[in-house]
Amino acid sequence: MTPGSFLQVTGANGSGKTSLLRILCGLLTPSEGRINWEGANIRSLGEDYFTQITYFGHRPGVKDELTTVENLRVAAGLSGIALSKQKTAEALERVGLAGRESVPARLLSEGQRRRVSLARLAICSTRLWLLDEVLTALDKTGVAFVRSLIEEHLADGGMAIVATHQDLELSRGLAKRLELTT
Amino acid sequence: MLSWIVWRDLMLAWRRRADALSTLFFFVIVVSLFPLGIGPEAELLRSIAPGVVWVAALLASMLSLGRLFENDYQDGTLEQLLLTPQPLYLVVLGKVAAHWLTSEVPLVCIAPLLGVQFGLSNETLKILVISLVLGTPVLSFIGSIGAALTLGLRSSSVLISILVLPLYVPVLIFGAGAVEASIMGLNPSSHIYLLSSLTVLSLIFAPWGTAAALRISIE
Repeated sequence: MTPGSFLQVTGANGSGKTSLLRILCGLLTPSEGRINWEGANIRSLGEDYFTQITYFGHRPGVKDELTTVENLRVAAGLSGIALSKQKTAEALERVGLAGRESVPARLLSEGQRRRVSLARLAICSTRLWLLDEVLTALDKTGVAFVRSLIEEHLADGGMAIVATHQDLELSRGLAKRLELTT
Repeated sequence: MLSWIVWRDLMLAWRRRADALSTLFFFVIVVSLFPLGIGPEAELLRSIAPGVVWVAALLASMLSLGRLFENDYQDGTLEQLLLTPQPLYLVVLGKVAAHWLTSEVPLVCIAPLLGVQFGLSNETLKILVISLVLGTPVLSFIGSIGAALTLGLRSSSVLISILVLPLYVPVLIFGAGAVEASIMGLNPSSHIYLLSSLTVLSLIFAPWGTAAALRISIE
């Protein structure tokens, strides 16, 4: 991967898309081979590597008992991002959750809960995004803002690896595809 | 960043108060059953009080251990915690601290009241509280290793008990021993010192173990 590059991972169910992303973010140890970040093995980089990546998994990682704003502030706080009120509002507006700031996440729909999680992408400044089935449960406008978030990220020199069945149809021409077979 | 984890877990515990309260009520009921079952024999009650309160505290803390990582594991937030740009040691430390504050501190606060049922003197009640303050963090720390190891397993609550209760034995011996010494008019400080050393040791080593166990469980 080079700055600004985008890789779409496709493949049948069970072909290992999720495993690949989990290996890339360091949650899973590969049985052979190694993952290098700027020439160094991510195992030896440890937390330094985590400052560079944002992983978005199958499960949205949203706490039911916390409100939309609290979920976002905690996620930002844990990643070491100082979040101003204005920035929080902007991020939530971006993902279409304006007006739902103080609603507990358990009262949100599945798509909205994923949007809460996606708001992380709008505030983070990491260089590599690893997104697993990011479009699940999202409506058309949801897909559109994910696309625009990724396009902005790539334009800023970021990288993204996305496992998805749907085509993201990015306007930039740098997209590569990786088809996994069982 | 450590404070964010503690804040988050305290907030979650506050929004799910029933969980923490059920642990507290379990503790109160178990301890209160003994005077009712044994009858008003002051001497006997006084001599069994240290063991009863401490065993009840161990069992009550077992109740809340299942929740320590399980909820985070189910909704995917644990993965995010593992990927935060800070040592996993601190993440675990934050979670255990929050667990201690929500599940153990209420027990410590109510314990003197329960001690009165057993006819303990003021001096002994003081020692009881000191021993619980020093001992309950060890329960949280050791318990967190068990909770991390049994994460995502079926019948994990039974497994946690089998794994963790034997490891609680030193805490039980020195904790109850301190109170017993005080009842018999002896100096409990040796027990208290040993209990403190257990606290320090578990503070240093348990989070490493828990962190390693979490990494294995999440794979």
